[in-house]
Amino acid sequence: MNVVPYEAVLVVAGVLFVLGLAGLLARRNLLFVLVSLEIMVNAAGLAFVAAGSRWGQPDGQVVFLFILAVAAAEVSVGLALLLQIRRHFKTLDSNAAGTMKG
Amino acid sequence: MIFEAVIFWTAAAIAVLSTLLAITRSNAVHALLYLIVSFLAVAVMFFMLGAPLAAALEVIIYAGAIVVLFVFVVMMFNLQAERPRPNPWTSLRTWAGPTALSAILLAEIVSVLARGGRHGLGPVPVPPRDVGLSLFSTYVLGVELAAMLLLAAVVGAYHLGSRKTASHHRLFEEPPQ
Repeated sequence: MNVVPYEAVLVVAGVLFVLGLAGLLARRNLLFVLVSLEIMVNAAGLAFVAAGSRWGQPDGQVVFLFILAVAAAEVSVGLALLLQIRRHFKTLDSNAAGTMKG
Repeated sequence: MIFEAVIFWTAAAIAVLSTLLAITRSNAVHALLYLIVSFLAVAVMFFMLGAPLAAALEVIIYAGAIVVLFVFVVMMFNLQAERPRPNPWTSLRTWAGPTALSAILLAEIVSVLARGGRHGLGPVPVPPRDVGLSLFSTYVLGVELAAMLLLAAVVGAYHLGSRKTASHHRLFEEPPQ
């Protein structure tokens, strides 16, 4: 870890996470919102793997596996919801689905 | 040692650049191409960090399965029918950016393997065997919970994706007249 310090890898993970957050806040297309969520989840996984590599323990990769399962579940349900919203509102704009009743 | 650092930082730069391009594209297919490149770059970073299993799963599940789900949904949306435009799959300019970045990543991984496959910036690389032993001894409860979560996701996605039921949520109901 002398070549690439652990803190530097964390900085890369933070940059990726912030990029995903910026996309999440800036984009109104719900498909891009889901893409940005995937980027953020991936950045969190990078931080875990970096920590596991820093101490030479397998726990970081194990947590990455769990993150992988959660991301797969989240994206499948999210895309199914996206299809429903598209079918109902005929658009993917998040402003269209922003009005509440009651 | 300098060689490993150069490989790692190049992959990190490609990851940040392709992520930045992915969140700023207006075309969904172009964004997904850059998203695949971003995941591949992160996989190279995993490999250089001494986590080969995580690198393989990043390629197989993130760049493979999850992005393919996105592509299928984009195909179902049929966005091209709304806004007529030249077919993006045939234009070379669409492919140029992701292909160049992927070629750099391929050159990196080939050069690492050509030097004997010595990777790992940590104290020791963590082989998949250790990950499997830890996963099915210490974290076996988490494996069970992940299995239940995936089952729930399958059932939920099937229910939400079916066209038969008229309404799945109050949000989608017609307002009372």
